[in-house]
Amino acid sequence: MTTLPTLIDSPSAGPVPADQAGPVRRVLSLVERNFMIYRRSLTPVVFGLVEPVLYLLTIGYGVGSLVGSVPGVDTRYAAYVAPAILATTAMNTAVSHTIFGVFTRVKKDHTYEAIVPTPLSVTDIAYAEVTSAVINALITSVGFLAALAALGLVVSPGVLLAVPASVLVGVAFGAAGLAATTYLRDFADLQLVQLVMLPMFLFATTFYPLTVYPRPLQPFIEVLPLYQSIELIREPALGRFPATVPVAAGYLIVFSWLALRIAIRRMGPMLAR
Amino acid sequence: MVHTFEYWLLRYRRTWRATVVISVANPLLFLVGFGAGLGRLVDQHAPAQLSGTTYAAFFAPGLLCAAAMQTAFLESSGPVTYAAIDGSYRDATPTPLEPPQIMAGHQMFVIFRVLTSSAAFVVVMTAFGLTSPRAAPAVLGGAVLTGMAFAAPVAAWAVGVRRTARLTTVFRMIVMPMYMFSGAFFALAKLPTAVRIVAETLPLAQAVILCRDLSLETVSAADAARAGYLFALTAVGLLWARRAYTGRLHA
Repeated sequence: MTTLPTLIDSPSAGPVPADQAGPVRRVLSLVERNFMIYRRSLTPVVFGLVEPVLYLLTIGYGVGSLVGSVPGVDTRYAAYVAPAILATTAMNTAVSHTIFGVFTRVKKDHTYEAIVPTPLSVTDIAYAEVTSAVINALITSVGFLAALAALGLVVSPGVLLAVPASVLVGVAFGAAGLAATTYLRDFADLQLVQLVMLPMFLFATTFYPLTVYPRPLQPFIEVLPLYQSIELIREPALGRFPATVPVAAGYLIVFSWLALRIAIRRMGPMLAR
Repeated sequence: MVHTFEYWLLRYRRTWRATVVISVANPLLFLVGFGAGLGRLVDQHAPAQLSGTTYAAFFAPGLLCAAAMQTAFLESSGPVTYAAIDGSYRDATPTPLEPPQIMAGHQMFVIFRVLTSSAAFVVVMTAFGLTSPRAAPAVLGGAVLTGMAFAAPVAAWAVGVRRTARLTTVFRMIVMPMYMFSGAFFALAKLPTAVRIVAETLPLAQAVILCRDLSLETVSAADAARAGYLFALTAVGLLWARRAYTGRLHA
């Protein structure tokens, strides 16, 4: 690839002196940097889609033939799991950007060491990384939505709400991932991340409804951010709009705000180390 | 050969905690999430495919087998490639150790990893009554055989890999699909014919059936053929790995 389309003027080369560039411009300069690196290959996006599509095919159809139908849902099992896999994919994409990506940039590539002396503040860096995570989550979600439509699993036009919803899910998990990164000590700690993500994926009603759990256990599932993300995407996708949908959106907004605050507060000391 | 094994074992003393997550916690979480959670939905429906067993008892041995394959792949790919590029294999070549011994010692360690993590899973399976204590040793044997059948050919391939990004590509594009289509989660008979034939030819699908038959104590003559298939893969893999190690490390 020889020419890279420039999304915005980079602060140093642009007409505006770097230290006078607005915060949005400063944040976008780092976002642009992240995507210039990705542009070399499309493979991260393609890779990101292989796993969810595999889950959809094998669990949705294969296991679906064993399940029959989900109590209270009059649609095919594959159509029931697909929106949940979409939510999980948005989560995984965002988290992998702000945990694996950011941690590599801190520990291995030392990218921020070169950024800290520029007019970009730590807050700018945090916003930029979360923005990049959201863009990635959005791209994979749209890709997955296309796969879902191609397989004929669209039940209701409400599924289109998954696009704005995946932005919200991306912000929530991008910010939470960034906050988590500030607690990591070394690469071995990334295993602990898996130890949180995998159970959440398996237990947050991705593959079966909340009613499968005994009553006393249900609140523990409902507080999971992935459960709320799935609720936000699955219900409209199945053509239903219960009050839990706006509640889920509210939950994710509060969750994002809290996670972002923690991330910004802790990133300064992390980058100063 | 024993020295090489000891070397990997010593290294493992420092890193075992991290591997416990992927080799032990990962399959156990899947067992609970799918076996218990999804199992409730499946068992209400009581599909004929499961021929009378619960979903958890159907799923557990297949999952064990798929996890054994995954552990064998992870231990036999990345560590081998890195050791051959500029790691311990390079340090070992000027010593009296010959490449086949380096290979065999490392393979012993991979089998040790498969054996220990599979054993932990079989203990849990037995505790939950998903297999009988009588069948448990045979089930463990099936899992280790599965690990061997993958470990040797994977090492033979990995020792020659020079671009480490290929390891991730193969894991995501070959290993993961094989895992998902192994028949661990559902019987392959449900797949469209063309896909089914491809999936059933893969060694993992045969290994899953073997482990399941051992676990449910429904072993037939066909299972002897399946075991033979896995032994043959191990033997071919080891011969190929000998050649590949010698070619790579003496070059």
